[in-house]
Amino acid sequence: MNHPLDAAPAYQRPDLTGAPPVIEIKNLVTHYGSRKILHGINLEVREGEVMVIMGGSGSGKSTLLNTLLGLLRPTSGDIRLLGQHLWEISDVERSQLRQKMGVAFQGGALFSSLSVLENIILPLREHTKLDLNTMLIMARLKMQVVNLAGFENLMPSELSGGMIKRAAFARAIVMDPKVLFCDEPSAGLDPIVASAIDDLILSLRDAMGMSIVVVTHELESAFRIADRICVLDKGHILMIGTVDEVRASDNERIQNLLNRRTEEEILDPDEYLKRLTAVNE
Amino acid sequence: MAEAPTKGGETGLSARITAILGNLGKKGVAAIAEMGLGAVLFGQSVFWIFVGHRRGQPVRLKAAFDRCMEMGIQALPIVTMMSVTIGIMLAIQGIYALRVFGAEEQVTVGLGLSVVREFGPLITGILVSGRTGSSLAARIGTMRISQEIDALEVMGINPVRFIVAPALIAMFLMVPLLAFWADIVMLAGAGWYVSVDLGISFSAFVQRLSETITVNDIMHGLSKAGLFSILITLVGVINGAGVSGGAEGVGRMTTRSVVLSISAIIVTDMVFAFVTTR
Repeated sequence: MNHPLDAAPAYQRPDLTGAPPVIEIKNLVTHYGSRKILHGINLEVREGEVMVIMGGSGSGKSTLLNTLLGLLRPTSGDIRLLGQHLWEISDVERSQLRQKMGVAFQGGALFSSLSVLENIILPLREHTKLDLNTMLIMARLKMQVVNLAGFENLMPSELSGGMIKRAAFARAIVMDPKVLFCDEPSAGLDPIVASAIDDLILSLRDAMGMSIVVVTHELESAFRIADRICVLDKGHILMIGTVDEVRASDNERIQNLLNRRTEEEILDPDEYLKRLTAVNE
Repeated sequence: MAEAPTKGGETGLSARITAILGNLGKKGVAAIAEMGLGAVLFGQSVFWIFVGHRRGQPVRLKAAFDRCMEMGIQALPIVTMMSVTIGIMLAIQGIYALRVFGAEEQVTVGLGLSVVREFGPLITGILVSGRTGSSLAARIGTMRISQEIDALEVMGINPVRFIVAPALIAMFLMVPLLAFWADIVMLAGAGWYVSVDLGISFSAFVQRLSETITVNDIMHGLSKAGLFSILITLVGVINGAGVSGGAEGVGRMTTRSVVLSISAIIVTDMVFAFVTTR
């Protein structure tokens, strides 16, 4: 009990059972060319929830995210975002729906020709008719939220990795979205900065009541921020559950993922020979 | 296994032929698809330019103005330098060729028409391909890799409206202007050489030019320049949008964009001349 990590009070997760869903995914199937990536995904994200989609490389988590963002058209299945069918509405309606969602991309995706402030202000400028001063105030407020005040006039190339992530978050939340998507928020950051980003995600949920979908392969970060975790493997959902449920799971593949064990692929000898000699039938 | 050699030989040949034909077909389809994509991009850009403000997503004039500065005004020094040089070169060759007939004085006719109808717009087009077409491809390619295009999309900002339309407006305005400037500078360079070499006064040279060149000739050249501007923009954008595979991909597609747009310009030039001059 005297372990230093126990000293800090544990983060109190709000009880969200019964909250209405903001994202509903039903039987989602996605292909890249002829390769099937997602094999019938069913998932619900509730209002005010932090849902972590976890999986190794090639598990289909980026594909799932791109499909949710409307960047990749699914082969079949249905996605409802805030009650609207993402792939059945018109372009105009989708553009309006997108104003209610924010996305923090893995590499930030800040526009390199614009300063940090101009980047953050861009969604306001394109979608609202506010006057410039109001927009500036709103943008500065959001920069304060992500702890980036004072760096308004720097260009993205002058920022560190952690600052780029923060700026990306500020841009993602500047329109006060209902849903926030984060792609690998802690990838490429040192542990201290990564944990600060985790804090930021939690504070965004608590302060602004957003539903947050995080795609990550970092276990530590996932366990810290998640209300529920969805474990993806080879395009299938292995399980959806709370942190404790995932930890306690006796599924072998989940345990392998948690313990960072690599799996030995069992190959049929003929198959192996074929692969070595690269004979295509 | 026993019959493998003979059978292998036959199927080998026919397989190779099918493979070659298949490859050709694939390339052909890809080329047509790319042209289709260009048409779609052009259509969408025009749509956003005229209808964007009604949808609450106007094409920003400031962005177009910035592009004008970058693609037009900043290209002035290189266009001027190349045009003077080519003007002088044309005068040298023209005088050399006409000396055979002892008709050096007639050089103005050839110079005037060839510069205004061909060399002005063509040289401008080639320079702009190298300068702007490549930078468009590289910029859009890099934006794609760093997910900036995706970011625009998920912000509900149409990338065609935001990036392509301003570039298209700027190019369509600036390339004909640059070509017109190139015409003037090229003829001035040629005039200078002619007046030095043949002892004709510069004002006499201008006088002869004004008797030779009609407004029609100038418009012929400038409408070609307008056409080139659209070609260069679309080729640059398509190649940029097709980038995959990191920095190497950007380099490859940038090169491809320059080669393709110069080829497209030259072919279009010939077709245009054929259709309008015959």
